[in-house]
Amino acid sequence: MIVADLSPSALRARLAGAGLRFAAGPFAFRVQSPRRDVAEGIARLYAAHPLRGDDDFIDFHVAIRPGRGLRRLLRPQVRFVVDGLEPFKPLPADQAMPMLEWGLNWCIAGYANHLLMLHAAVLGRGDRAIVMPAPAGSGKSTLCAALALSGGWDLLSDELALLDPATGLLHGLARPINLKNASIPVIRSFAPGVEVCGPYLDTTKGTVALLRPPASSVAAAARPRRPAWVVFPKYVADAPARLTPMEPAEALLALADNAFNYHIQGRHGFAGLCALLDGAPAWRFEYGHLDEAIACFDELAGRTEQAA
Amino acid sequence: MKVLLLRALREPATTASLSLPQWDLLIRQARHANLLGHLHDLLENATSVPEVARAHLLAGARLAERQQQSVRHEAQELAAALNAVGIRPVLLKGAAYVLADLNAARGRVFADVDLLVPHGQLPQAEAALMLAGWVSGEADAYNQRYYREWMHELPPMQHLQRGSVVDVHHTILPPTSRAHPDPAALVANARALQGWPGLAVLSSADMVLHSAAHLFHEGEGDNALRDLVDLRSLIAEFLAGDADFWHRLVEQAHRHHLCEVLALALRYLDRVLGVAVPAAVTHALSPYAGNMARRLLRDQMYGRIFTPLHSSTKDLLTPLAREALYIRAHWLRMPPGLLAQHLARKAWMRVSDAGEPLQAEQP
Repeated sequence: MIVADLSPSALRARLAGAGLRFAAGPFAFRVQSPRRDVAEGIARLYAAHPLRGDDDFIDFHVAIRPGRGLRRLLRPQVRFVVDGLEPFKPLPADQAMPMLEWGLNWCIAGYANHLLMLHAAVLGRGDRAIVMPAPAGSGKSTLCAALALSGGWDLLSDELALLDPATGLLHGLARPINLKNASIPVIRSFAPGVEVCGPYLDTTKGTVALLRPPASSVAAAARPRRPAWVVFPKYVADAPARLTPMEPAEALLALADNAFNYHIQGRHGFAGLCALLDGAPAWRFEYGHLDEAIACFDELAGRTEQAA
Repeated sequence: MKVLLLRALREPATTASLSLPQWDLLIRQARHANLLGHLHDLLENATSVPEVARAHLLAGARLAERQQQSVRHEAQELAAALNAVGIRPVLLKGAAYVLADLNAARGRVFADVDLLVPHGQLPQAEAALMLAGWVSGEADAYNQRYYREWMHELPPMQHLQRGSVVDVHHTILPPTSRAHPDPAALVANARALQGWPGLAVLSSADMVLHSAAHLFHEGEGDNALRDLVDLRSLIAEFLAGDADFWHRLVEQAHRHHLCEVLALALRYLDRVLGVAVPAAVTHALSPYAGNMARRLLRDQMYGRIFTPLHSSTKDLLTPLAREALYIRAHWLRMPPGLLAQHLARKAWMRVSDAGEPLQAEQP
């Protein structure tokens, strides 16, 4: 069963009651919320995600609850609660869906220290995956969304690369893609029919929209992939798409720089990144047009497939 | 049984029969009790742990490994700063377990480093630490006075760059408390650490007594279960190396006037974690165990404290028990007049600070 198999009223009843249990890649979530916009957002963004039952293990028990006190009469707020704790300050009520997304990210980034977590987009093709680390503003999310929507690549994650140091494999999540500011109209015109929630205005990250992941990506999310390429993208207006090889040592430092918990992993993290770069050559990538960028990635993948 | 964590700590083998939802709850209880890493250690060789639960245990162990590395580094920095002015600090609690390479350190997480210096060297120690970058974050004049006049430690000092926190103690219980351990004897009996020439830790028996005194005199219930688990590990390891350890422990408790605290610790080690205490030891401490009515009241209170602080384990009396523990801890460390004054003052500060979030570790 997937989320879309539930009727809107059944979905709302679960969220308002004992919680909706569903999986994204290796993790299972239980989400509770009495709010209609959360139910509608989940129905649209998580339609293809598999449901979990009462007798399954749940990794993170979370809730989006209304704010407390008199303030809610003037400016309603929402709170993110994870198993009785509230890691964030409340947000304006109309940001309930982005708050849920950020909260789920926080749960993974804060608790899943058995994995090495990089701030990077991950896309898969067959058994292989591309890791795309980059700071905010480099055009990583836009490129990630375009690749996932192009049909040639599975979305694993738009900002959380989950590397298991024990197996050397990457876990996928196939959760909604977080689009910010100027990238929202770019993706809307790139793929006009795509399902988008939002825009949500005036968030701490500016204007935000949430993009539904392709159903095929969600269906393939449970399968871990072997990292085959590391690409550091950079958007430069109107520049031709160009891949430049990068020294492994330099790439290792840049990856460590983009890690959430490299300092916690210690030697496991260092060994994990070394193994990653042994199997995945690193590139710098400059691009100015999404179509060219996609063609470039397809060619890169084709080259490796031929070599193999 | 509601508190899965307590059963897992007492009899790790019983986790073999847990269902997936029970594992889910056990992981959450362990996380709230800061015992994920310890549970990982207890179940390391168990083959029946489902992969999904194992991942969370491993995550707890990784975090603990990282913190131990930080603690080793901090200890080195503290030793360098204090050795320069001729002070050899005695590490206490978690930092001592790590540097002495004790089993109690395995999987354990930390908030700060505690150390003991002789009272006469306190000003030099504070100055040396300030020179090395640690500053007192306590700006409130009343709180400064609270620590300096009535407590057994300086206000917590935080390193400007690394953010690490050190608590400098000059004895192990507040001078205002009714029990009077002898700090000079504690320092004199401290043992040097192999490989760490500038640092020392308390002798085995003193280490157990200090952990027990800390547990029952500090008013924070957050880590009470974790501290009890520490005590179990310490006693087991010391007993393995010294068949006469129980005897030594009772002897030191008499010497430091800590028999009441030791009696309490052993009672709850037995009741909560199933630690076998020899009848002769219980008998020797029986004059300090309190009468039946007091024991029953305490059992009600501590029964709610020695449990993970998770919604699945709370009942109606839990908040009352936690408040009572806070007051009891203060009752043990101050004479009644001073206590009344202090609590009134803290209540006033809470009200007048309304709007500011309360510090988690207010004295």
